[in-house]
Amino acid sequence: MLDKNGIARRIAQEVQNGQYVNLGIGIPTLVANHIPEGLDVEFQSENGILGMGPFPIEGSEDADLINAGKQTITALPGAVFFDSATSFAMIRGQHVQLTVLGAMEVSSNGDIANWKIPGKMVKGMGGAMDLVASAENIVVAMMHTNRAGESKLLPKCSLPLTGVGCVKRVVTNLAVLDIKDGAFHLVERAPGVTVEEIVNATDGELILPDLVPEMSL
Amino acid sequence: MAISKEINDVEEACKGVRDSMTLMLGGFGLCGIPENCIEELVRLGVKDVTCISNNAGVDNFGLGKLLKKSQIRKMISSYVGENEEFERQMLSGELEVDLIPQGSLAERCRAGGAGIPAFYTPAGYGTEVAEGKEVREFNGKPHILEAALTADFAFVKAWKGDSSGNLIYKATSRNFNPMMAMAGKITVAEVEELVPLGSLDPNEIHTPGIFVQRIFQGKSYEKRIEQRTVSQNK
Repeated sequence: MLDKNGIARRIAQEVQNGQYVNLGIGIPTLVANHIPEGLDVEFQSENGILGMGPFPIEGSEDADLINAGKQTITALPGAVFFDSATSFAMIRGQHVQLTVLGAMEVSSNGDIANWKIPGKMVKGMGGAMDLVASAENIVVAMMHTNRAGESKLLPKCSLPLTGVGCVKRVVTNLAVLDIKDGAFHLVERAPGVTVEEIVNATDGELILPDLVPEMSL
Repeated sequence: MAISKEINDVEEACKGVRDSMTLMLGGFGLCGIPENCIEELVRLGVKDVTCISNNAGVDNFGLGKLLKKSQIRKMISSYVGENEEFERQMLSGELEVDLIPQGSLAERCRAGGAGIPAFYTPAGYGTEVAEGKEVREFNGKPHILEAALTADFAFVKAWKGDSSGNLIYKATSRNFNPMMAMAGKITVAEVEELVPLGSLDPNEIHTPGIFVQRIFQGKSYEKRIEQRTVSQNK
């Protein structure tokens, strides 16, 4: 079974040379720490930077330089700042090629819910709805089950939706799954996790191939 | 001779703000917020205002200060976490809240300032956001119609500005400020440095002064950091 860093490490394998990538808040942010040396990738943060670098050395934090999670960051050589309308032109206009974001629920037809629990948590969708509505390639990073042990991979989302039919791939602490033709397709299992465990933790329709390789990390 | 927008202080900057007005406030989180004008709005005690701002501040800073005094009737934002008082007022029904996707919020402000009454976007299709909105297909994909936003006053914060109202922002403090500057009937810019006319390079100005009606140099910026994250010194 993977921890949050393990999920991020597996998702880093999805990133290809020359891509512009938007990483959401939480587990997705960790993906930046696992990009292999030698890969040319630029990270976009929707509050207005392309070419986002690591956290600053203590003492050099700049209140004017943050990411979408409101964390202090740095700008790499070649970085650029822009306004929010330009930022979402990059996203809506499909200039950003890969989007990684977290989710509370994902359904077997690719719907995603991650912004609201009615009557309980109302934080807002931020940029998530714009991202999922337009990105060509969306990878969801999340735990396979919630704190109560219930599956987050469902036949139908129970929470208010963020986007419809948009998620193509899900990477969890247990597995890599693709979404196509209205079902989850098991692609890989996490180290030490059995297919049976994945089947038990998945409520949506799950298609099993003859052979399910273990992730190589 | 250039048209001067320069005013003396924040009192003059907020002159004419009244109860029930619609106000835009730039910033993302606490980054690039008009700190001086927010303080003044608290001091003026204007009530029942509608605030258009990406976020709602934190409990004791930014728009959180207006919320604490119950001066806001309605909030139009994309993300309002990090603020317990906000959540309490929203869940109790004291505060009306319109949550809209961040890109749609930015574009609605831009459209408002650019004379475009509405536009279609794929963001929010099939979700609560689309309720009551016109849907139309383009290139086989459904889009929803989003209306432009304007405001009686827009309060923006820039790094440098001149008396013509030309503005330059620093790093990611730019965010919503340029679009909101365009969409205000009266746009007030507070800047860290008000520089002499002619000292800003016209090639590097982000917001042209035509969008700004009042400009002044702000005082004692706190520039709070919400999430101080650092790397280990190697």
